[in-house]
Amino acid sequence: MAQEKDGLKIVVVGHVDHGKSTVIGRLLYDTNSLPEGAVDKVKRIAKETGKPFEYAYLLDAFEEEQKQGITIDTTQIQFFTKQREYVIIDAPGHKEFLKNMISGAANAEAALLVIDAKQGVQEQSKRHGYMLSLLGIKKVYVVINKMDLVEYSETVFHFVVAEMKDFLSGLGVYPLKYIPVSGFFGENISQQSDKMPWFKGEPILAAIDLLEPTAGIGNKPLRFPIQDVYKFDDRRIIAGRIEAGTLSVGDEIIICPGGKKTTVQSIEYWSERDKRQTVSAGQSTGITVKDEFFNKRGEIITRAGSEPLISNRFRASIFWMGKTDLVLHKKYKLKLATQEVECEVEQIVRVIDATQLHAAEVVDKIVLNDVAEVIFKTKEPIAFDIFQQNHVTGRFVIVDGYDVAGGGIVIAGEKISLDEQTPTFFGNELTAHGDIFDEFYYDVDSLEVTKIAGHSNVYTIGDAIKTHGESFDYPEHFDILVFRDQVAIKIRGGKVTALLPFSEYEYEAYPLVNGRGFGIKANSTVDVQDIFKDYAAIDYNDPQVNAKFSNKWFFFNKYRKLTFYFDYVI
Amino acid sequence: MDHLDKLEAESIYILREAYKKLGKLGMLWSIGKDSTVLLWLAKKAFYGHCPFPFIHVDTKHKIPAMIAYRDRVAKELNLDLIVHTNQAAIDAGMGPDKGRLACCKALKTEGLQQVVQVYGFEGLIVGVRRDEEGSRSKERVFSERSKDYSWDYANQPPELWDQFKTDFPKGNHIRVHPLLAWSEVDIWEYIRRENVPIIDLYFAKNGKRYRSLGCEMCTGQIESEADTLDKIIEELKTTKTSERAGRKQDQEDSYAMQKLRKDGYM
Repeated sequence: MAQEKDGLKIVVVGHVDHGKSTVIGRLLYDTNSLPEGAVDKVKRIAKETGKPFEYAYLLDAFEEEQKQGITIDTTQIQFFTKQREYVIIDAPGHKEFLKNMISGAANAEAALLVIDAKQGVQEQSKRHGYMLSLLGIKKVYVVINKMDLVEYSETVFHFVVAEMKDFLSGLGVYPLKYIPVSGFFGENISQQSDKMPWFKGEPILAAIDLLEPTAGIGNKPLRFPIQDVYKFDDRRIIAGRIEAGTLSVGDEIIICPGGKKTTVQSIEYWSERDKRQTVSAGQSTGITVKDEFFNKRGEIITRAGSEPLISNRFRASIFWMGKTDLVLHKKYKLKLATQEVECEVEQIVRVIDATQLHAAEVVDKIVLNDVAEVIFKTKEPIAFDIFQQNHVTGRFVIVDGYDVAGGGIVIAGEKISLDEQTPTFFGNELTAHGDIFDEFYYDVDSLEVTKIAGHSNVYTIGDAIKTHGESFDYPEHFDILVFRDQVAIKIRGGKVTALLPFSEYEYEAYPLVNGRGFGIKANSTVDVQDIFKDYAAIDYNDPQVNAKFSNKWFFFNKYRKLTFYFDYVI
Repeated sequence: MDHLDKLEAESIYILREAYKKLGKLGMLWSIGKDSTVLLWLAKKAFYGHCPFPFIHVDTKHKIPAMIAYRDRVAKELNLDLIVHTNQAAIDAGMGPDKGRLACCKALKTEGLQQVVQVYGFEGLIVGVRRDEEGSRSKERVFSERSKDYSWDYANQPPELWDQFKTDFPKGNHIRVHPLLAWSEVDIWEYIRRENVPIIDLYFAKNGKRYRSLGCEMCTGQIESEADTLDKIIEELKTTKTSERAGRKQDQEDSYAMQKLRKDGYM
């Protein structure tokens, strides 16, 4: 059989001291996957320290790891069977190094969960089992190791199997196989063991050759997150990696979350052998598009009808690796595909004890190694998918300070939240609040003027806005100057075309309104500079200051009016 | 996508992340096969442009053919090349006779530190691979070095789902490792597939060739008849000798590389 070069990635996890590194070392040794130097070096170290030859040292390269006999950090190593090439990932089993176990396991497609036959199912066996389910790894073999310590007993094997099956089924993890082995003596590693004739299944080596690589993500809806936009020459190249689906020259595309539509003009290349008309999932590529408008990193290119979810709130399962607790309403950085946004946890739904699967009662913080279900709120709406439907756009990490401190998967999108804090406009890494869609009424019953919030959506570059309401009428082209946020928004043809900081804003002789929809009395660049200066010089000790500033600079009724209204329906 | 396509796509993704997210960025170019593949990948990632300088830490003990090759290629490709030598150490007579690890530390580690300091690099792209040796097998793709250039290898932050470390205090820098997942054979198969121009020291002459390039006095040749790419690949698929067996500094101590790299060695 021809050897497949797909490099199936298998992570080996389990409780500390259950023999993960030994099983891997043995697999590498038995398959002749190691260079002489590596084996010689371990032999030399064994001699120097007077210890027996340890297969684990083949992976535990750090001095500290060898001296303490534990794996500290994850490592990856290629290895070959007759059938194909693998990348095997060794993950530490000590609770303290869970972050390293996750760093290794997050890259894997399949897993071997190693359990010591004598000790049975331990805390990290369970926690690692839970992590596999969170990371979406479904191809799991449970390896019952150190069978030599229980005299290769079939009864013990079945006992451990039953215990683990019981726990994993609660997580929806159904291991494909349970294999009894002795890593130290090489039983059921590469050869069928004659010490355990009662076991009819394959040894590890033959069993992993039966794993099928995951079917292509090329058939899923297109997800092409923008990584960067290059303008090295006369081409304006939108660069990134196709995370799902395929993309061809001539395709109609839509850019989320803004919703701008355009057509793929070309797929760019440098080397002649990379010239192509179609690119698909997994490829790093770059395209040019027909309509040149502002694009930025983080946006996701897709096709109309198969857009990701867009919201500033979603429900997620997360695991916490931070030394500092995760607390409600603290600001963190969320990274999802190439999007980066400030976020906070709005609600902790439950904290799950990963070893008992019990939900804890008191939930106001999430501590190191906890798993929890939470609701996140992001500063701006972002595009995402539910993890089960699309892995890459359905998972994210949380950065606390300088380090990644948590990871998670999206379980559900939540309704967009619009409170006083929610901006009306976002884009170009800016946000702006605005009440230009508020309606003003003169209530014919109470004889009072009432304002009803008209803010029911958020808009970004490319979005059409509502220019006509019951009490407002804006032109097709105008600029909004939001003083509170110091952001200018350009509306052209009824659509948002740009968000700019005041420092970069230039007057283009279009009508101006402020964030509440009142016309601004400015007709020139000089006027605009004057109003900015006036605003900066406002003395808030004067109680009349807002009224004075407003009367000087704003029209109430240029684009707004009062409508009669009878408030009796409620 | 085949195996090499996957490796290429991932490396390009990493290079683009480094370019977008790190401030002042440079790429270490040792003239060897790995960093030459990196150069090729950068050309692909940035469509024929190389939007950062290349750095060669010249120990003045390199094989002379490497230096000639370096200068010729840099001129041909119009590379923005920074060549730096720890001149003070050279003037003080540093060489492998003063102890191999001391020599590596002075001429390579400290030489590199001087470059980082003089140019204020926040990101250094380095062509190390996991399969080269143990301490590299434990590396992250984006690996932080502190102000004193040290690597806190026993306490690395999590790295998952291609979300790399792009937040760090000013003064620290990030080593970016786009080739971490490649093996030695992958490198050669890619060179063959893409026709990547490569220095001829790797091809056998008179029954000997270099498998790994470094300083003249500390880099041994191997017995080999492999004078073509096909023969090199065939040789590597059957060999049981490790790639760096000819690199004398590695043999100085069981944990030589870990010790050197902890202090900022590449």
